[in-house]
Amino acid sequence: MAKTPVTFTLNDAEAALFVDPGAPLIDVLRRGAGDLTPKHGCGQGTCGACTVLIDGVPHLACLTLAETVEGRRIDTTGGLAGGPDLHPLQQAFMEGFAAQCGFCTSGMLMAAKALLDANPNPTREEAIEAISGNLCRCTGYEPIVDAILTAAARVQGRAAS
Amino acid sequence: MTSIEFRKDLFADERDDTLKEIGKPTIRQDILGHVTGRTAYYDDHLFDGMLHMRAVRSPHHHAQIRAIDLAAAERMPGVRRVATAKDVPNNLNTLLSLINFGRDDEPLCSHDKVRFKGETVAWVIADTERQARDACAAIRVDYSVLPHVLDVEEALAPNAPVVNEIYPNNSFDYHAKYDHQKLRFGDVNAAFAQADHVIEAEYQMSPIEQAPIETCGAIAAPETNDRFVCHTNTQALFFSLGTTAKLLDIASSRLHFIGGTAGGGFGGKVDSIVEPTAVLGAMLTGRPVKFAWDRAEEMQVGAPRGGERWRLKDGVMNDGRIVAREFTGFFDSGAYMRLSPYAIIKGTGHLPGPYSIPNIASNVYCVVTNRTPATAMRGFGITAVDFAIECQMDRVAEAVGMNPVELRILNAYRDGDMKAHRRSAKNTALIECCQVAAAKAGWSLSPDAAAQSSRQGGGVGERAAIPETVTDEEGRIGDRRAGRAATTAPSRSPTGRVPAGQQGVAVGGAPVQNPDMQIDADRIGHRMGAGMPVPPAAAPPTAAPQSVVRPSVPAATPAPPQPVAPPAASPPPPPTTSSPAAAEPPYKPAQPFSRGVKRPGTSPFTSGFRRR
Amino acid sequence: MLSVETFPSMAEAGQALGDRARYLAGGTLVMRAVTYGDQSFERIVRARQVDRAIGNDAAGLRIGAGATMADVLASGDLAFLHPVAQTIGGPAIRNMATVGGNLFAANPYGDFAVALLALNAQAVMANGQVQPVETLLAGRERPSGLVTAITLPRVDAGSFRYRKISRVKPKGVSLMSIAVNLMRGEVRVVFGNMGPRALRAPAAERALANGLNDASIAAACAACLEGLQPTDDPLATEWYRREVAPVHLARLLNDGGVR
Repeated sequence: MAKTPVTFTLNDAEAALFVDPGAPLIDVLRRGAGDLTPKHGCGQGTCGACTVLIDGVPHLACLTLAETVEGRRIDTTGGLAGGPDLHPLQQAFMEGFAAQCGFCTSGMLMAAKALLDANPNPTREEAIEAISGNLCRCTGYEPIVDAILTAAARVQGRAAS
Repeated sequence: MTSIEFRKDLFADERDDTLKEIGKPTIRQDILGHVTGRTAYYDDHLFDGMLHMRAVRSPHHHAQIRAIDLAAAERMPGVRRVATAKDVPNNLNTLLSLINFGRDDEPLCSHDKVRFKGETVAWVIADTERQARDACAAIRVDYSVLPHVLDVEEALAPNAPVVNEIYPNNSFDYHAKYDHQKLRFGDVNAAFAQADHVIEAEYQMSPIEQAPIETCGAIAAPETNDRFVCHTNTQALFFSLGTTAKLLDIASSRLHFIGGTAGGGFGGKVDSIVEPTAVLGAMLTGRPVKFAWDRAEEMQVGAPRGGERWRLKDGVMNDGRIVAREFTGFFDSGAYMRLSPYAIIKGTGHLPGPYSIPNIASNVYCVVTNRTPATAMRGFGITAVDFAIECQMDRVAEAVGMNPVELRILNAYRDGDMKAHRRSAKNTALIECCQVAAAKAGWSLSPDAAAQSSRQGGGVGERAAIPETVTDEEGRIGDRRAGRAATTAPSRSPTGRVPAGQQGVAVGGAPVQNPDMQIDADRIGHRMGAGMPVPPAAAPPTAAPQSVVRPSVPAATPAPPQPVAPPAASPPPPPTTSSPAAAEPPYKPAQPFSRGVKRPGTSPFTSGFRRR
Repeated sequence: MLSVETFPSMAEAGQALGDRARYLAGGTLVMRAVTYGDQSFERIVRARQVDRAIGNDAAGLRIGAGATMADVLASGDLAFLHPVAQTIGGPAIRNMATVGGNLFAANPYGDFAVALLALNAQAVMANGQVQPVETLLAGRERPSGLVTAITLPRVDAGSFRYRKISRVKPKGVSLMSIAVNLMRGEVRVVFGNMGPRALRAPAAERALANGLNDASIAAACAACLEGLQPTDDPLATEWYRREVAPVHLARLLNDGGVR
């Protein structure tokens, strides 16, 4: 099978891989680059578990043709923590019980990161909209929205409203 | 953070306030893995050279398989193996055979006919998932479409097509005697005759998909020492292991199952289908094999909470007291039983809900239809009937013009009340729940209702007693299909009486399929109820398990107490001459239960040693 | 065997389309089909340079077919279409899904096409031809080339109204969507998911031709099912759709509310 070379930046590291024709980015990230943090939930853009940032904005890795990310920057949950220190979102999700089975969490975190990067001071409605493409079946969405607002507030140095 | 309110004013003496963890917020021990993405789900294990397995599925609800043409698929690029039912060593199972319940009824891969839309008829194992899908699309199956039945009551009609030949009456046989699970307590018909109101209604709940974000899947790979490792997201690891050993006819000691991490389950990951399939793939190819459902398969063939239909009939006095409640229930099991017959026994034990009602009768049917087989989901066996009961309570309140919360408090069970399954209720607390919920909702209660307590007034006189109970013999196996059962509701003309105070006796299921399966009361560390029959000693293992002669009557296994009517104290009426089915012998499996090793003289349990 | 063919421009990609080929824009439709093993195509055709420009001149508005829903939301000229784009998927989908692709989205998707049909949009094809979106939708099962841009006549403020009916909050696929254009002389009432593609409701359009008042709204709602072909699907039955279509149209016409 003729393979296509693709190079991109994955969480600050260079990745250079050969991909199968038609391969979605999720397979290339998980099996090719070995970043297992994006999850495969539906393969049709419904669940958001594979949400990654491409050039800083959220995309669904299951619906992205791998070879279209040539030269672009991809961020996943695998690169969210700064060394041993958790990202404020991770910390808030952990303390606020914003994950139960954890399968949607990676996608939720990336959708939330995109929100806070663009809008450090979101309203509750904006937080709800930011994760409106991400499904959670266990915890319900309230603790997740709470955690996003808590993280935003901490970064801003104020108490969560 | 969500706060929990502890009501120290209620049941204060039952709680130890020195607990260190309970009642205090805590951080889940696994959540660091979740927020860092390091939690390893089954698909987060990388294997070199892993192959992908996909199933060919039936487009029909019900069809005979005339022929399967695999030739084109076998020649396609990347295809390593095409497999069919012939490749499954022991292609018939029922999930609960591992706990000696039910009869083998379901193939891992269909070979003669398909009984629901989406049933597996073949598999392809290929280098990439896309290659496996392309080859699946190239497999030609010649079907002869059969009439199907998708409604529980239509399936019980005499002229309905037989869905699964294991159940010629389209229903599960209970206790080798009836086509439904009976519950009788007191005399509902006498109570209906004296009630001021009789309120009847039907309630239905559609099937519900558990819809975990991670679909069912497993990766199996050959391991050292001639074993297979299987990473799975099953919710029932040892069920999946035992089922795999049985279907593939290999010793369970050759299976190394690794699970414990599921991306959501909710009951939908207990059916042990992806694990034997993936291990079969690894056996056939000698390579790591992944078998996972995509989202469409999860929705189509992933077993849902089955649909249920309930008819309730209440006899009510003008003051709101419910004096009789009758249930007719139908569980849609789909084409195969899996866990449904067990759910019905559990649900029947729950009747009539958390209320003290002196006369109860219930008939519940486990019906086979051409739908996707049903399985567990949260509150399994209870949810739909509770929905029906609580809707009915509101209807009753409306009929007698009562505050619905006060109606519930009036009829609520209290500590010491006798339940229909003949056990005393304790720690009931429904009254307090109603009072707190009413207060939170700003719903007014009368001073009398607000003063009630679940600890007072229960367990005295008739409330604590098992009443004289009428019984009947309607609904014997086969009667309905022969047109001899006019109604599905509990009988209007009882034929026997059980004196007041009579406890039920445990009724065993099918005889154990292998003497090793006999539950030995002194080995299980579980206190058996007084008066429970002691099981007879298990038949000694024989050299050739296939020739084990089983007792012709159910062994008195100390199964959980079942809410079946106690045997009539007066002699049961002679069966009518038109009821030959009553003599049908109890179910015996075609071959004894085996976990794989069929060498004469060896224990099938080679994976461990037995302590006696 | 799948192949991916990448061309410098949309024009060249349009020429390469043909038998057993699909054009990949945002990927939300094509990649799903690839993953689920769609056997109807084996060539994925794409272009390196795509037109995602949004323009505004005397003739009207022009939207490059490669503009994403996020691009629409970022354009002040398309403010009247923001409520439509906002209802399409979550942020990730909106960063991917394109205006051109939405014309080819089967039920229960394709809400943007409902709006474009109501606005009497024209589709500019890679070969230079221009055809009404209505014609394109009617013939979309047959390959007819690549759409490179959409042109729209100007719309008066307040003339365009849109409502998406979904069973999931805050975001779900549409059980039905309704777009209404009340420009005098060009009144259009369009329903999504009330037939195999976005469909106009001609009797309702006639009823509203002379303006919006209680009588015309009542007449439009009473006649709105004419020309529609609703069916059963997992979201709703045909019966349910027929029952609620006039109700939702009445709400849209009465409150002008967009949600």
